[in-house]
Amino acid sequence: MATPETARDPLDVDDLPMEPMVLKMGPSHPTMHGVIELTLRLDGETVRAADVEIGYLHRGFEKMGEVSTWNQVFAYADRLNYNSPMLNELGYAMAVEKLMGVDVPERAQFLRVIASEISRICDHLTCVGAGAMELGAFTAFLYAVKAREFLYELLEKISGHRLTVNYMRVGGVWLDMPDGWDGAVRQALTDAAGVMREFHKLVTRHRIFFDRMEGVGIISQEDALAWGFTGPCLRSTGIDYDIRKAHPYSCYDRFDFDIPVGDKGDNYDRYLIRLEEIEQSRRIIEQAFDRMPGGPVVSSDPRVALPEKGPVYNTIESMMNHFKLVYDGIRVPPGAVYSFSEAANGELGFYIVADGTGKPYRVRVRGPVFAIMQALPQMLIGGMIADIVPTFDGINMIAGELDR
Amino acid sequence: MSQAILERLKERYEDGVVETATERGDDCAVLKREILVDVCRFLKDDADFAMNLFVDVTAVDWLDRRTPRFDVVFQLKSITKRHRVTLKVRVDDGDDAWVPSVTGVWRGADWFERELWDMFGVRVDGHPNLRRILMWDGFEGHPLRKDYPVAGRQPLVPLRKSEVHVFENNPVDPFVVGLGVVREKSDGDA
Repeated sequence: MATPETARDPLDVDDLPMEPMVLKMGPSHPTMHGVIELTLRLDGETVRAADVEIGYLHRGFEKMGEVSTWNQVFAYADRLNYNSPMLNELGYAMAVEKLMGVDVPERAQFLRVIASEISRICDHLTCVGAGAMELGAFTAFLYAVKAREFLYELLEKISGHRLTVNYMRVGGVWLDMPDGWDGAVRQALTDAAGVMREFHKLVTRHRIFFDRMEGVGIISQEDALAWGFTGPCLRSTGIDYDIRKAHPYSCYDRFDFDIPVGDKGDNYDRYLIRLEEIEQSRRIIEQAFDRMPGGPVVSSDPRVALPEKGPVYNTIESMMNHFKLVYDGIRVPPGAVYSFSEAANGELGFYIVADGTGKPYRVRVRGPVFAIMQALPQMLIGGMIADIVPTFDGINMIAGELDR
Repeated sequence: MSQAILERLKERYEDGVVETATERGDDCAVLKREILVDVCRFLKDDADFAMNLFVDVTAVDWLDRRTPRFDVVFQLKSITKRHRVTLKVRVDDGDDAWVPSVTGVWRGADWFERELWDMFGVRVDGHPNLRRILMWDGFEGHPLRKDYPVAGRQPLVPLRKSEVHVFENNPVDPFVVGLGVVREKSDGDA
């Protein structure tokens, strides 16, 4: 039987349609850590162009800050990088304290550092665990989440909440640590370290994991700086810039810890840096417990701290002070400051403006991921579509602090 | 060290520097808009200052409190020298609400400047792609202006149809073939 001339030979590859394809990835996609939308132009499986569309999780943090009292903003700050709420709270508290000139007691500083470092470990565990899962290692993800759960329980013991902790206050922290918390922390860190050793054995030298991470998503030192990278992503290119060392804040200058750096700027470097930072955070926490001073956990400055209950019930001045602090909020003198700290993903900056009332005139937050995400197209173009997943994870985009 | 930056800027730009101030350890220079890009390039390239990291740009809306209405606030930092500085440009409402783009100095200013436009309606002159970033196309007004209501609501966006996507960093001249499939124009196409 004669074949019609128009029939297509299925084996003739020259006859296949060769147009570049546009693929929308997101805003809802299993490997997206939050809602963002990638538009990709694909040539076969190679990414030729990429655009990032953000804003899907914009909740108006800065606008809400303008109608909340200074202490209410802590609850919103928790929800910026929801993997490491303590770090956001520390950044915000430091900004207000800098503007007011409030001294934070020693013990509060230590508690803040311990809580922050626990949060940093949680953040890194989420990043490496989710990254492994997205490459197919679901078991490894469960190991990381198990380790993280030990730490969430610690945060729950000290603040009452696992995620949105609302623990810090202007001038200190809400409560002193409960009895036996230091023992629980040391035990949980040891347990978590044991689980992470297993994770490390499962994942780090796994052939598939290694091949998909190594040499993928490379960014050069010059490009990283030009795009405004900070945190693990900048350190993966070999720059040892960590705000805890470069501009020590709180009481970080008293602890001995190292800053891991990479040399290639690829996903594997970023993965190893996060694993090592978990270890370094553990060192900081242990040193902090060894040297933990006594004393109050919140400043006695009457401008920020609620007075003791005894005087509130028995003296008119304390009662009025209590009343004013609760109803009007803290009164921050007019002025503006920029304060910054090392969050899990890099420089978390707060630019706050006060006009002398009980509410901020302006709360600006500079999320580290916002700068890093700009460079995502550059890191994707030229690579394969499958490389998007590990590169996107290596950045550790958190939509909460990206869109605010 | 940062004090030295302010001194040097005053010396070099004279009238261009409107005022300088140090508030709670933050060194700030208020500049005239005309010299902003030049100052940025100088601070980045000068070996003593080496401001190699663009940290942030934002604005403060002083509606009915001050004229000009907006303070546009830049945060710059040097990772090698470990110092930083704040630059401010004051711009007014309406036609005067614009600043020149510094994306030519630091590429990383791109999204921050888009956010400045999106949230405050301060135009950024010379920006390669000045679109809204957190709000959607079709959003009316600029939400962080003080005269935008906190509980302001806007109508829902209609369901999107198949659309032509023009890529920012690798522009082609595409036209839609089917849903989401883009073909580049060839000579045979009209």
